[in-house]
Amino acid sequence: MILPKIKVLLSHGKQNIPDLNKVELSEEFRGRPELTITDSTEELEAAAALCPTKAITTSPFTLDLGRCMFCGECALRAPQNIRFTTDYRLATTRREALVITPETRQVEFHAEDVDDKKSKLFRSSLKLRQVSAGGDASTEMELNATGNVNFDFGRYGVEFTASPRHADGVVITGPISANMAEPLQICYDAIAEPKLIIVCGTDACSGGLFANSKAVNREFLTRHKVDLWMPGAPTHPMTFIDGVMNYLGRKKR
Amino acid sequence: MIYHITDNLSKAIPLADIPLVEYAALYHDLEQRLQDERYHVAHYFARLEEGQLRFYLILLDDKQHNILLSSHALDYYDEVTLPSLTALHPALHPFEREIAELFSVKFGSMPWLKPLRFSADRLNRNSTIDNYPFYHIEGESLHQVNVGPIHAGIIEPGAFRFICNGESVLHLEIALGYQHRGLEREFSNDSNRLRQTLLAENIAGDSAVSHASAFALAIEKLTDFTPSEALIIERHIAQELERMAMHIADTGALCMDVGYQLGQVACEALRTMTINTTQAWCGNRFGKGLIRPMGTNKPLNSAKIDMIRQNVAEIARRYEEVRQDIKTSPTLLARFEQCGNVGRAEMLRIGGVGMAARASNAPRDIRLSHPYGLFGKELQHESVIKRQGDVMARLMVRCREVLQSAEYIQQLLNLYSTATATQQPDYEAKLTPEALSLSLTEGWRGEICHVAITDKQGNIATYKVKDPSLHNWLALALAVRSEGISDFPICNKSFNLSYCGHDL
Repeated sequence: MILPKIKVLLSHGKQNIPDLNKVELSEEFRGRPELTITDSTEELEAAAALCPTKAITTSPFTLDLGRCMFCGECALRAPQNIRFTTDYRLATTRREALVITPETRQVEFHAEDVDDKKSKLFRSSLKLRQVSAGGDASTEMELNATGNVNFDFGRYGVEFTASPRHADGVVITGPISANMAEPLQICYDAIAEPKLIIVCGTDACSGGLFANSKAVNREFLTRHKVDLWMPGAPTHPMTFIDGVMNYLGRKKR
Repeated sequence: MIYHITDNLSKAIPLADIPLVEYAALYHDLEQRLQDERYHVAHYFARLEEGQLRFYLILLDDKQHNILLSSHALDYYDEVTLPSLTALHPALHPFEREIAELFSVKFGSMPWLKPLRFSADRLNRNSTIDNYPFYHIEGESLHQVNVGPIHAGIIEPGAFRFICNGESVLHLEIALGYQHRGLEREFSNDSNRLRQTLLAENIAGDSAVSHASAFALAIEKLTDFTPSEALIIERHIAQELERMAMHIADTGALCMDVGYQLGQVACEALRTMTINTTQAWCGNRFGKGLIRPMGTNKPLNSAKIDMIRQNVAEIARRYEEVRQDIKTSPTLLARFEQCGNVGRAEMLRIGGVGMAARASNAPRDIRLSHPYGLFGKELQHESVIKRQGDVMARLMVRCREVLQSAEYIQQLLNLYSTATATQQPDYEAKLTPEALSLSLTEGWRGEICHVAITDKQGNIATYKVKDPSLHNWLALALAVRSEGISDFPICNKSFNLSYCGHDL
């Protein structure tokens, strides 16, 4: 019946975000934290002790976004020292760049690390195969959302594909459960060269809450070089979009 | 008396108060009792206690709104075979399979003694996930289709093995465990309460609020804490927002799988609106960071109340239009109706819970049978029940529940008073030692059950989690029998079960 469909269309109107470069997130969103050194370290010590993934070191004062679950509890314990901003531009090419210091004003994206061949080849069309290896479905849903009617990342030619044979890279979520270690390797091997590895979510970057679990097997990441690290619990669709756009050289941080 | 009787609002039970009975007595009692549909088992697990293996059973009485607790024990080195309860009541299969996998307990005449999730703590290291013993049928006209563990979309892994007769599915077996992260053990490995809360939020990311609420309730029952009405209301609102978001997402997913783009994109946009409402409240689209034991960091204020009120009203209005559209589209009805049937008797037999059970006229709903928070008080909940048990029925239950949740949120916001003093979360509170605390909540999929057992020092010694998916995966396997294999995606989406919630 046509009338209910017209109603649905009229109610929704245009839903796409016109310019993905201008997106600002709600003020409650917890993105890149900013660190400040104070004379007293009492509060900071308390915050570091509470941190569920031990992401904070006090001397020197650093915070590892690759381990941060973005719960924001440290900022409540040590408001003088840690403040979460709404900056979602967290993706980078180096694991070390996720460790931020009081000097950090943005997560550095090291464009010099990007393989020219890959960024040229994939610039206008990048097809990715997603593998969840112990992910809790939240990062997976956010990756799905990058292709939805609002974000519509497909407009830049970046899409997820079913077969690794059609893919230019793999996006890994989850701490990499031991039971998924082999399927992940098989999937990666099935992708033709040259290929990308993107690790998405704090669980994938460091193991997160499961870093010390014996049910996790992260050998894959020691065997292969990661091209893009994307923290978040879960990674916001804009973090993913911004990271990939930077990698493809279509955006500068 | 072989049971200790409690309910979903009572405090933790001292371990000494839980009767230790002979297995035979419990077996015969359950044999009779479980024939009555008012009873079902919420959890049944074993743990090591001073050289013996103690089995705890949690039985729910939906009619009297009671929880019945009992236990039996084996000497750790006893080589006895326990007669299997699964042989009588198939609903118990995941529990007995877990116990057998972890402790090599033998269950006599157990019809489906297969590994459950290939836990890192399993005793038999030769049993690995790549040699899962799939059921096998020989026949010239039959062929097998293997799907997974990695699926086509952006979704968690699990291995599906279909045995097909031409286009139609004769049998589906689902092998899970790929998502196993050793989650339950992590709760007792570290006593950092914040860390434990985050673990609860990560049991299943799409049910972060429901699982975190179950954790918070289980912890609060081990203390003398009484939540304020404002805190209770906030948890309800967060859970109903989560229910709305996921039911809308699945409505969209069902539309996508039958190639109906308008329904798909409308629901995508509505889900975005719903989870962005949660994000504007607490900073996370999945409600992570919102639910904390004994308090909250994100109390509502009048601006947020207005924002939630307006968004929820608008989402409900637009979603109702989508629902009307689906109901009046013959091409959609042709796909959804009479597809993926699970009958009422079958659903009860396999222990189905939650919205999938309600779509098969099996009234399993914790909000009604074992109310928590304001349910049964200010919130008079009425379950949405459908009779047909097909994909359409599950979709219609979702549709009605979205509108019902929107209604509840408005009611809850009317009850909410910003004047109440805010309670801060407490991660240091001492827990009652040597006690068992259990909490039940109704997540959007169904019954969530958390059990915490504390040791002499008041630390969590054992933490058990049950996601409704543990029961409902079998319902999916039964739903696709004799359907065309091409209808599998819509059958699957109509349940949308959790892999990580099952694998833990």
